[in-house]
Amino acid sequence: MRTLSVLLVCCSLFALSACQREKRDLRPSPTRLAIFGDAARESSLRPGGPVQPQPVVTNPYNSSGYDISEGQRLFDWYNCSGCHAHGGGGIGPPLIKKEWIYGGEPANLFDTIVKGRPNGMPSWGGRIPEYQVWQIVAYIRSMNGEQPRSATSSRPDSIETNPQNILQRGTQGVTK
Amino acid sequence: MQKRSLALAALLILSSCAGHQQSVVDPAGPQADRIAALWWFFFWLLVAIFIIVMAFAVWTLTRPNRGLEQEPLEARHRPSEQKETQLRRIVTGATVLTIIILFVLLVFSVGTGKAVSELGNKNNGLAIEVTGNQWWWQVQYLNSDPSQVLVDANEIHIPVGRPVLIRLRSNDVIHSFWVPNLHGKRDLIPSRVTTEWIEADKPGVYRGQCAEFCGLQHAHMILYVIAEPEAKFKAWFQHALQPAAAPSTPITQRGQQVFLNNACVYCHQIQGTTASGQNGPNLTHFGSRRGIAANTLPNTPGNLGGWILDPQTVKPGNHMATIAVNSQDLQPLIDYLESLK
Repeated sequence: MRTLSVLLVCCSLFALSACQREKRDLRPSPTRLAIFGDAARESSLRPGGPVQPQPVVTNPYNSSGYDISEGQRLFDWYNCSGCHAHGGGGIGPPLIKKEWIYGGEPANLFDTIVKGRPNGMPSWGGRIPEYQVWQIVAYIRSMNGEQPRSATSSRPDSIETNPQNILQRGTQGVTK
Repeated sequence: MQKRSLALAALLILSSCAGHQQSVVDPAGPQADRIAALWWFFFWLLVAIFIIVMAFAVWTLTRPNRGLEQEPLEARHRPSEQKETQLRRIVTGATVLTIIILFVLLVFSVGTGKAVSELGNKNNGLAIEVTGNQWWWQVQYLNSDPSQVLVDANEIHIPVGRPVLIRLRSNDVIHSFWVPNLHGKRDLIPSRVTTEWIEADKPGVYRGQCAEFCGLQHAHMILYVIAEPEAKFKAWFQHALQPAAAPSTPITQRGQQVFLNNACVYCHQIQGTTASGQNGPNLTHFGSRRGIAANTLPNTPGNLGGWILDPQTVKPGNHMATIAVNSQDLQPLIDYLESLK
């Protein structure tokens, strides 16, 4: 009896741990204007004096399987894949990488999408709702394995996006 | 209490007969005629079997008690050789009969399927491609001349008396196309094309619905097939091919600006404007549609306003973005969309 109840508690704990993954925000706020100030700086260098401490911005849709998959859909719908392919890059830089030109933290990626960047990255600020930008950010981070495995799709619809595999394959290709 | 529930049940059964808009037993075309005939054959045969089985059950329950139940079977009750043979014959006979009946049903079913697929003169056919999306239907009238290709959504117009080839595709998951008054179900499978021929004998509006569970809003994936006489269909088609008329009043002109300056354009197309998104339904003649959100709601200005402002309450989980529309922009936007006749 005792073992059974312990087992039951363990099972329900396991079940609960999966709740976060499937949490859905079905009524997102339609806000669309959010450009961070210094929170999303890529460098500590700053004109006109020392940097003011800024609050750390976190992605509200971190580790949510639903929002990562929504981000994946929007990545195609808004034609991000037109330039960045499915992470491998093309006209635009690859998104599966360790070093980022404009920073790889969620706030940096958000800023890049909202503000746009020189040489072709358009500004999406005020065009699409803020929650969708965060969903796309969550998806881009998942390409780099920076989302929990439990929340990431195990079977990508596009090409392989596990950076580890791709880097290894690439290296082998070069040395051959 | 019992009377009331009986009356309710009778009412439910009757209402399913009366609602002719989506019913297998109210066929409106040659394919559906065959399917309805098969349906009735199954129905009466199974009714007969049901009555016979129930009659035997009642007879067994009500026949006089012969006292066998009280005695141990092994010790006292040994059926005679003759009785044993008789019982064995009954059981064998019933089993063989069951197999024969199932086989007859199979033969009729396969025969109907074959007849339906070979039906009619298809030389004069019209080809329409229906693409399933979570959770709406894209409808494309195919033609070798690109200027005659029409893209529409959630409504299929067909001419009466002309066979129509429906090519079925899916953009995401498996859906199923089912307009019971015209044909049986056919699945829409990603990266494959499936086809079926439909034909309407009489003008009417036939309701269809996705018949394969496809996600959160599977139940709100509705389409209407509108069968019209050939001349009326041609007139509709020529009108629908035209790009959207330019807005004529100041308020609809403002509505067009609101549409073009918002996120709407990333997903929706309105021919004749710069809006050319391909992810959502084409809105070129939105004002003439019966419903919004894949016929979840009737197409009225009030419903449209609610749908634009808060699509996730109307149809939770759908892929329409929740966007911010200023209060003074909403009415012009609604008026503009409803003016797209």
